[in-house]
This record gives sequence, C-alpha cells and structure tokens, in this order.
Amino acid sequence: MNFYDLLIAPFAQFGFMNRALAGAMILSLSAGPVGVFLTLRRMSLTGDAMAHAILPGAAAGFLVSGLAILPMTLGGFAAGLVVAVLSGLVSRFTIQREDSSLAAFYLISLALGVMLVSLKGSNVDLMHVLFGTVLALNNDALIMIGAIVTISLVTLAVLWRPLVAECLDPSFLRSVSRAGHPVHLLFLALVVINLVGGFQALGTLLAVGLMMLPASAARFWVRSLEALCALAVLIAMASSYVGLLISYHLSIASGPAIILVAGAVYFVSMLFGRRGVVTSNLRPVRHRVA
Amino acid sequence: MSAIRIEDLTLGYEGHPAVHHLDGVFEQGSLTAIMGPNGSGKSTLLKGIIGAVKPLGGRVVLDNLSWRDIAYLPQSAEIDRSFPAVVSDLVALGFWKQRGLFAAIRGIDHKALEAALDAVGLSGFEQRPIDTLSGGQLQRALFARVLVQDAPVILLDEPFAAIDQRTVADLTSLIQHWHGEGRTVIAVLHDADLVRAAFPQTLLLAREQIAWGDTASALTPENLLAARTMVEAWDDDAPWHDAPVAHDHAGHSHAGGRP
Repeated sequence: MNFYDLLIAPFAQFGFMNRALAGAMILSLSAGPVGVFLTLRRMSLTGDAMAHAILPGAAAGFLVSGLAILPMTLGGFAAGLVVAVLSGLVSRFTIQREDSSLAAFYLISLALGVMLVSLKGSNVDLMHVLFGTVLALNNDALIMIGAIVTISLVTLAVLWRPLVAECLDPSFLRSVSRAGHPVHLLFLALVVINLVGGFQALGTLLAVGLMMLPASAARFWVRSLEALCALAVLIAMASSYVGLLISYHLSIASGPAIILVAGAVYFVSMLFGRRGVVTSNLRPVRHRVA
Repeated sequence: MSAIRIEDLTLGYEGHPAVHHLDGVFEQGSLTAIMGPNGSGKSTLLKGIIGAVKPLGGRVVLDNLSWRDIAYLPQSAEIDRSFPAVVSDLVALGFWKQRGLFAAIRGIDHKALEAALDAVGLSGFEQRPIDTLSGGQLQRALFARVLVQDAPVILLDEPFAAIDQRTVADLTSLIQHWHGEGRTVIAVLHDADLVRAAFPQTLLLAREQIAWGDTASALTPENLLAARTMVEAWDDDAPWHDAPVAHDHAGHSHAGGRP
C-alpha cells in the first residue's frame, strides 16, 4: 500500500468520504474560534449543555419528517435558542446564576427530546440523532453547513471587539455600553447554530468535541487570541482528516474517530505543548538580571 | 451650573438603606473626596450615580450629561487576568465611547494610547501580557484607560487600595491634572491626610451625610468621630418608610441631614 492509497485514495474514490471531509473541514473553520471564545469565557461546559438542549427540537423535526436535514436543523436551532434565552433571562432577573439556570433548562430539554424520540422510531434512530453519521452527508447537508459557517464567521467578525471586552472586563463594558447582554445572547446563538451544523455530521453529543478539544489544545501552544483561533481551526481540520482516514481504514465509526484524534492532540499538547506539563517542568530554572 | 445633583437619594439592598436621604450637588469641575467607614455607602453612591443601583427613593440628576459621559473605575475591577490580552488591549477599551462598538482603533488613537501610558508611567508596557502586571501597574493601566476615555466626569472607587506611596503620588497628580482641565472628579478614599492635601471638597458619609463641603470644614475631629460611630448592622425590624417624603423620623435621626 503506497502513500496515495493510504492518504488520498479514500477521498478520491468515494463520494461519501469526499463529502464527509468537506463537511468536517468547513465546520472546523467556525467551530475552532467559537470554541476558543467558549474556553476564554469559562463556558467550556456550556457548549456541552447546549448540545443536549438542541435534542428535543431535532427530535421534533425527526418526528415530523424523518431523517431530513432542514426540519431537524431548524428544530434544533429553535430548541437551543429557547434554552439559551430562558436561562439568560432567569439569571438576569433572579438571583440564580446562569450555570444553574442553564443546567435546569437543558435537563428539561433533554428529557423532552428523549421522550419525543421514544414516541416514534427505534433505538437506531436515536443513535443517529445522538451520534450523527458523517458518512451520510448529502449535498443539502453540505450547503447547510456552508451557510451556517458563513453566518458564524461574519457574526464573529462583527462581534469580535464586544466579545473580547466582555471576556476581559465585563464590568467596564457594562459601564460604557448596554451591549453586553445582547452580545452574550448572540454568542450563545452562535454556539447553537454551530452545534446544529455539526450534529448531522457528528451527532448532537459529539459536535461539541470539534469545538472544545482543538480550542483547549491550542491554549497549550500559543498566547494571543488570533493565534489561538487559527491554531484551533488547524487542529480541528487535521483531526477531521486523520479521523476520517482512520475510520475508513479500520472500519470504525467516523464521528468518534474524529473526536478521538482531536482528543489525542489535546493529550499531546497538554504534555508536550510549549506551556504543557512536561515542557514547563523541564525548562531550566533561569532568570535574567532585570 | 451643576454637574450631578443628588435629590433626597436613598439607595440600598433588600430594602435596607446603604445611602439614606442624601441631598447635595457635585458641582461641575469640582474635585471631591468621599470618605467614611466601611459599609457607609460610598461605593453604593457611585453605583447609584452611574445607574447600576436603582434608587429606593429620591433621584440622581445628571445636568447636561448622559451616563456615557462618566468614566467609572470600580473598586475591584472584574478583570480576567488570564485572558490573553496585553496592556494596550486593556487601555484601548477606553476608546469605546468615541469609536463605538465595531469601528477599528485608528492611527491617532495609537498616539493617544501611547501618551496615556506615558502619563501613568507605563511607557514601553504596550505589549506586556496583563497577567504579568503587578497590582500597582494594573492600577496605572486602568488610570490610562480612564485617560483615553476622555470623560467630563470621572468616578474612582478606592483607587489607592493596596497601592504603594509612589504610585499614589503619581496618580494623585494625574487626578489634580484632570481637575485643572475642568473635569468633575469624585474619588472614594480612606487616607485623610491625602484628602486634606489634594482634594478641595469632601463628602463625609456614614449612610447619612455627616458633612459635605470644603475639606477643612468637613474633616473636623467631631465629624470624623460621628462617622466612626455609625452602626453597620441592618435592623431587620426597622419600620418601613411608607411615605418617603412625609415620614416623621421617629425611629431614627438624620445627623447633619434634612430638617
């Protein structure tokens, strides 16, 4: 087996592999930066909660029209937004903080979703919704992913400065502008549409992996915000490519393979990154004269 | 013409007053120190002025000002020191009002930013990550941000807590420079000697107003003693003010306050 067979042939020969690669690569473009902002805002687990929250919407779409991309996407988006807005409002107008209100709403949402799926359909269908089928991406799904990523990147560019200000010094932003709260909600909406874009390919539960793992890994290598975003995108893309290759050659599920490769990158970065465990402990203890 | 008028203002939390029936004026261009013991409502008053705490009674009137004209430096800024930002990123937040939400920082702003860092003694710190700054350096950077905000009213909440003498001296002369430019400056402070030396006006607060006026006449030993004897605890059985304007003051006294 030569390099061509090993690395390129699967994507050249099979349309489904080709589309899977395209979908995951495009998704990486916006999942990386969104993940970086999630980690910097200490909302790493919020992505996970939102991933659970979109289930009832996707399930409702599934109940109405089976495994079709548009209804499930719109349903998931609507459910995620409802949970984000409700938990945001509760934290704003009561003493409860957003982490607890979000936990409450996503759990309610998740239970509703599992209930809806179990009303109709088999366990296999539930597995499709939860874990996705990147190898079954059709052209409609690709167009949907492309649209979602385009919207995300434009929104992210527009929101960049308010988002940075909200992370860096939220009380200052509150004192000069009333934009903090809307910006926060728009950012949550961004998280939701990226999860929705990812769940066709990776499933509702694993879509968040392509967001968080590359972003967390990048933190061990670089310092500036721009570099973090760029590196997260690169790691996400590389994980998608390597993961799909492994899944093809070893005949294992593709979604978990992609996320596991990203997980491996995270481990290596955590140990050997410039700011990782091993490197920072092996560095000779020296200091300058001033 | 007055800058900030306080009219029978009561501010508080869960119905308990932290600032009680305060009346007075921060004149335009005045330099006022707010003094008083812990829990006397100093920070709450500043938050009331910027509108972050809603009045339980009375009101704050901003003459010819909007809340956008006020630069506010909180007591402990909620800055995320682990965020990957450098000093110039932090200071550049001050351009928010002029440049708005989305516009980029312009060339002229970079000159203003350098001048501001220079004025607070942080030249050459532009690219220093904020997690490597000392407490004093961070406070200098925050003063630089107030500088670039270029606001007619500046509120500083305990700007010199845990700051060394040299930094206090540098930043105090910056405050006096703002005063010379005709800006209205209000600062919460604890150092009576510093207030006597550098601040013409003083509001001595102990939930109620103890004294408000020239620093020399406000900071008398009697007034300082009166401020110190304030009771900090809330009285959960205290009667409610049903009619804030017409109540009879039977349950409490308003030392130095309204008749």
